[in-house]
Amino acid sequence: MPLLDVNNISISFGGLAAVSGFSFHVEEGEIVSIIGPNGAGKTTVFNMLTGVYKPDAGSIKFDGVECNGLAPQEIVKLGIARTFQNIRLYKDMRVIENVIVGMHINQKYGFFDMLLRTKKFRTCEYESAKRAQQILEMVGLSQHTHDYAKNLPYGEQRKLEIARAIATSAKLLILDEPAAGMNTGESESLMHFIRTLKDKGFTILLIEHDMNVVMNISDRIYVLNYGKKIAEGLPEEIVSDPQVITAYLGVTKEGKDAAGD
Amino acid sequence: MLLQYIANGIAIGMAYAIVALGYSIVFGILRLLNFSHAAVYAFSANMILVFMGWHFGIWGAVAVSIVATGLLAVCVNQFALKPLRKKNSDKVANLITTVGASYIIQNLMVMYLGSERKTFPFFYDFGVSIDIGFYTITSAQISMFVIAGLLLVFLTLIIRKTKVGLAMRGIEQNPLAANLMGINVEWIIAIAFFMGGASAAVGGALIGGYYQLAYPSMGVMVGNKAFASAVLGGLGVLHGAAIGGLIVGVLECLIIGYLGASYRDGIAFVLLIITLIIKPAGLFGKKNITKV
Repeated sequence: MPLLDVNNISISFGGLAAVSGFSFHVEEGEIVSIIGPNGAGKTTVFNMLTGVYKPDAGSIKFDGVECNGLAPQEIVKLGIARTFQNIRLYKDMRVIENVIVGMHINQKYGFFDMLLRTKKFRTCEYESAKRAQQILEMVGLSQHTHDYAKNLPYGEQRKLEIARAIATSAKLLILDEPAAGMNTGESESLMHFIRTLKDKGFTILLIEHDMNVVMNISDRIYVLNYGKKIAEGLPEEIVSDPQVITAYLGVTKEGKDAAGD
Repeated sequence: MLLQYIANGIAIGMAYAIVALGYSIVFGILRLLNFSHAAVYAFSANMILVFMGWHFGIWGAVAVSIVATGLLAVCVNQFALKPLRKKNSDKVANLITTVGASYIIQNLMVMYLGSERKTFPFFYDFGVSIDIGFYTITSAQISMFVIAGLLLVFLTLIIRKTKVGLAMRGIEQNPLAANLMGINVEWIIAIAFFMGGASAAVGGALIGGYYQLAYPSMGVMVGNKAFASAVLGGLGVLHGAAIGGLIVGVLECLIIGYLGASYRDGIAFVLLIITLIIKPAGLFGKKNITKV
């Protein structure tokens, strides 16, 4: 059974069908990418997966549980966490605090523990801080632990978003254009980083425009255009798919020549 | 005499400070000026009298009123503001709704409790006073200072050191990201309203006791002064609200002492106007509150 099994989801805004009848699945331990031209509906798909939008039709099963219609915080509890296309960190918090916010759902103490600062409260806060430190080490941000998030370089801010997502104890990480705005060097190291995440047992669903990244790390790729799936398969199948080439480059006389990037 | 006025001012200023906190907490999380807060504050003092009528005893009545007032603030949020947020209404609509809620609460109190002024017990006065040279500090002033001070420290600890506080700051900085990291945003907002309401109730008990009076429209003046304190200290900044409250309280007592009691209510608003002209973000506020 796939970890994430999405069947025929559709959503429209007013009269515009942003996504129609899109189905895909992600197996445990895979890196799956969704690509497509701007406005194809990729981020909308992510927003449906994470409960920001409710699909008009279709089903989303994660780990066998139907998540269509659940609130965002309930979906996080099931084990899906995401990052954002335009970075949404808590800019005026320290790096480690950003990570601890991600642990919110796993910090289990009640009002009275808080009021009386019981042992449970103190241990819980201590454990959180310790785990946050470990996560920061894992993503390579430990030298920035006490910096303000807004002062990190761009590439590091993206890593911090991923760290925050990991902190929720997610099994599935949904990364929305992690390489956006990165230079070649930065995206190389990001690619390496995503691979290490896979090795650590995370399953990854990715939206990305940087074809170098997509083709190098994806196990499988889905291609969306105008809200519809136009292709799916292994990276090498996708690059030579005539429909994909048409979607990206428009109709050409000899479209296949342009295949590749 | 100066020191005497300052001592009086610090005591009443601490009470303004904890009422001001309510404006600041809600503003911090929602960027909304909650004008129902003044009526919520008045509700607390009036309810203490009601509960005393039910033989709760004064301390019991205060405790129950703190919870009831916190819940009232939560109700304002749940029934008036949350539906507006769900529909993505304009900020101004939210603001006007809080004004409306304040009138509803105040007038319900007039309907059911009567509009006359009722005596309120000076319950934290232990009849002791300490004479230091030419001035006197009463035990009531000390208790006021200590109670309000403890509450300030407690709320600051919640916001700085617990997951709820961290979640509040997360929501303040980016509500969507907070939600998608597993924070139940509406629940945290409700907690913020409860904290604001409950601290207003402590303020209501202290100020009601200090003047030994409670009546439905008592929130108007104190609410406005607390609001001025919150703006003075910087909306959304807790220690700012506290210091703003102290400044307003002390200046008020100095004015009573040197200019006469008829000018006392003006000072808070003079300060408010000066703050808005010179330093709109307040003493401790961050410069650019709204980024587009």
